[in-house]
Amino acid sequence: MRQLAGEFFMNGDIACAEGAISAGCRFFAGYPITPATEIAERMAERLPEVGGLFIQMEDELASMNAILGASWGGVKSMTATSGPGFSLMMENFGLGIMLETPCVLANVQRAGPSTGLPTLVAQGDMMQARWGAHGCYSVIALSPGSPQEMYDYTIKAFNLSEKYRLPVLLMADAAVGHMSEKVVIPPPDDIKLFSRRKPTVPPEKYLPYQPGADLVPPMAIAGEGYRFHVTGLTHDERGYPVMTAEAQDKLIRRLVGKIEQNQDDIIEIESDWLDDAEVVVCAYGISARIAKFAVERAREEGIKAGMLKLVTVWPFPEQTIRQLAKKIKAFVVPEINCGQISLEVERCAGGAAATVLVPHMGGGVHRPETIVEAIRKAAR
Amino acid sequence: MIQAMERHPMDAYLRTDRLPHIWCPGCGLGTIVHCFLIGLLKSGLNPDKVAVVSGIGCTGRAAGYIKLDSFHTTHGRAIPFATGLKLANPDLKVVVISGDGDIVSIGGNHFIHAARRNIDLTVLCVNNFNYGMTGGQLGPTTPLTARTTTSPYGNYEQPFNIPYLAAASGAVYVARWTAYHVTRLQKAITEALLKKGFSLVEAISPCPTVYGRLNRMPTGLEHMKYYKDNSLIKEGADPREVDIKLNGQIVCGKFVDIERPTFTDLRNETLRQHKDK
Amino acid sequence: MSREEIVIGGFGGQGIILAGYIVGKAAAIYDKKNVTFTQDYGPEARGGACRAQVVISDSQVSYPYVETPSVLAVMSQEAYTKYTPALRPDGCLLIDEELVKPDKTAREIFAIPATRIAQELGRAAVANIVMLGFLTAVTKIVSTEAIKKSVLDSVPKGTGELNMKAFERGYACGLEKLKAAGKK
Repeated sequence: MRQLAGEFFMNGDIACAEGAISAGCRFFAGYPITPATEIAERMAERLPEVGGLFIQMEDELASMNAILGASWGGVKSMTATSGPGFSLMMENFGLGIMLETPCVLANVQRAGPSTGLPTLVAQGDMMQARWGAHGCYSVIALSPGSPQEMYDYTIKAFNLSEKYRLPVLLMADAAVGHMSEKVVIPPPDDIKLFSRRKPTVPPEKYLPYQPGADLVPPMAIAGEGYRFHVTGLTHDERGYPVMTAEAQDKLIRRLVGKIEQNQDDIIEIESDWLDDAEVVVCAYGISARIAKFAVERAREEGIKAGMLKLVTVWPFPEQTIRQLAKKIKAFVVPEINCGQISLEVERCAGGAAATVLVPHMGGGVHRPETIVEAIRKAAR
Repeated sequence: MIQAMERHPMDAYLRTDRLPHIWCPGCGLGTIVHCFLIGLLKSGLNPDKVAVVSGIGCTGRAAGYIKLDSFHTTHGRAIPFATGLKLANPDLKVVVISGDGDIVSIGGNHFIHAARRNIDLTVLCVNNFNYGMTGGQLGPTTPLTARTTTSPYGNYEQPFNIPYLAAASGAVYVARWTAYHVTRLQKAITEALLKKGFSLVEAISPCPTVYGRLNRMPTGLEHMKYYKDNSLIKEGADPREVDIKLNGQIVCGKFVDIERPTFTDLRNETLRQHKDK
Repeated sequence: MSREEIVIGGFGGQGIILAGYIVGKAAAIYDKKNVTFTQDYGPEARGGACRAQVVISDSQVSYPYVETPSVLAVMSQEAYTKYTPALRPDGCLLIDEELVKPDKTAREIFAIPATRIAQELGRAAVANIVMLGFLTAVTKIVSTEAIKKSVLDSVPKGTGELNMKAFERGYACGLEKLKAAGKK
């Protein structure tokens, strides 16, 4: 049948599912969990209409693996979950990183640890997104703050995953997932899509992990005669396990390097009033829209406040923070956790500007006044 | 000196640049992989359209030696990975080759659910009654009283009977052979590959280095003799009655061969009916 | 910058959340305003307190939640008790008069027997739509055309006519109450 186009009033979870469909996702495997279940429900209904396949797996371990398998079968794939499920998915998120498998994992964050507050918002998984699987690697994570951004960033997430060959994280939250707003869905022809680069050499010359100049290797899919091997073990260009320190060094440097080297293409930020700012509020997701409101109020009071919204939270915009730190007094970082991204801001500011965390333990969002007050204090 | 053959007949289907393999002398895995390849060739399937997915462990290394599209995944997760691969690319025949610990312990939940859904996969589960790669620990199939490094006083956990577990969960084809029964094992693999739906072949394999050494069977040859003397071929045996006791009888044969709609059959039928409404 | 904040409160099963969604969609899609609709409810599938919140603004909605509602429609005593204190002094309070017994207050109250009207129409389930008709007439916060379209988009197939009747009954009652209150 069809992809939607036009103006819709929908919640963030549904917008995420529609974004996936617009991005060409045709395989979803998942397990129900509040507040991400609506993504699975929408995909269960919609995928058959666009020739895709939905499967509800037995748990989140299976869901993550199934989307990796589907991706190697040649189909754009995704799963969606929340905190407890995200923890389970970490194991094979790591496999996806190691096998360099394009796919998208949406985490509609809720308050934790453990079962926590199933229906209520938090941003407590931001460091887990960065470091949740064991070992050393780099990730790409986007953080949407509205249903429109759920739609737009899901498409971005698929494009980045296909371009850089890794599972990309959509770090949403319960507030955004369950909030309904107008979502504009463009006609399919107006949506820019990127698909993985495929090998151009014959099978006997194909090396599954021989990268191009961008450090990303072309990807064959199963059933095309390449008879390739891939493994979660440390491997060489042939995809064969090699148990040496040299092989480990080479592989990890490339896995990290492909993100680092291309960060200008990957990192996306939005900024307002930075030119004369003395205090910059750095925020992401639902917190960014409340922060923007607070910055507007501070400006009305005559405070030179600026706004830096992280569209991509990972990789972290180190250079932007470093440069800003040289000319401002302080960063204010509101987060619905007890300090995660603020640590990165502080690290990159390197003492050149103060970093003021405005923590919120979850279950709700910051009241704008709390952030305005932090801006006032920081400006003094 | 014995002259090695220049080329092994299965060279085209092996990653010869990766040989020799890591398996111990006397291990059954070399034999079982060989049986798999012969079983595959006899099936007539196009090898370019066959993918192998393994988990972790000694058997998990099989994917690395077989020259087909092959995936060495994480511990226990070969089946859900294979499920995604198969459903996304239905033209593929997807085979999971992994060990008893991988398939029915850490991956046990995936195993029963894939069988329940009747996903069109073939699972070749190599059972050596212990965790070999980590040095011989208690596994989900270790017989009562057997010694392993984590059951130093003898195993007091009741083991799984894999064919019974598979049959009860909904597998449409269930067979068991040992590494001794090479032609029968090959035939079972061919049948399983050609069977539509979730098929399981359990291959009993020697692990002389660790399990055997701890249970008075320290060479591959002794295992082979044991299989020869203690196997009872009983086609159509009731899977409930094929459990294996320590150094006891091994009932072999094809236990289940039934028809049941697959996940894909039922999905397509459901969607077709919905469209007709 | 005008910011209207609407709260509809009641208990699970009354269609409170759907009513909020319908208002939100009407304002966002058909009246072309900036709208955020949120909801909160307890873990119970039925019977727990629930609340729909709609923020309608001329400019982009930054803070998505209701702080001080300008319109409050309540369909349970619990919702009345819980949400009335936050209502703006000049805010508009609407109640289902058979489900809510207001305490003595100087505040003007617009009351409608929404659930009884719905029962008269043969389906208690359309009480939420009766309330929407009432709310539209009294507050004019969304255009009548917009909300009618939104109702028809959002209710189950085959129930459009019944829901339109329910809407009209509520709307007519709202106009009467306005007249009685000497407002237009």
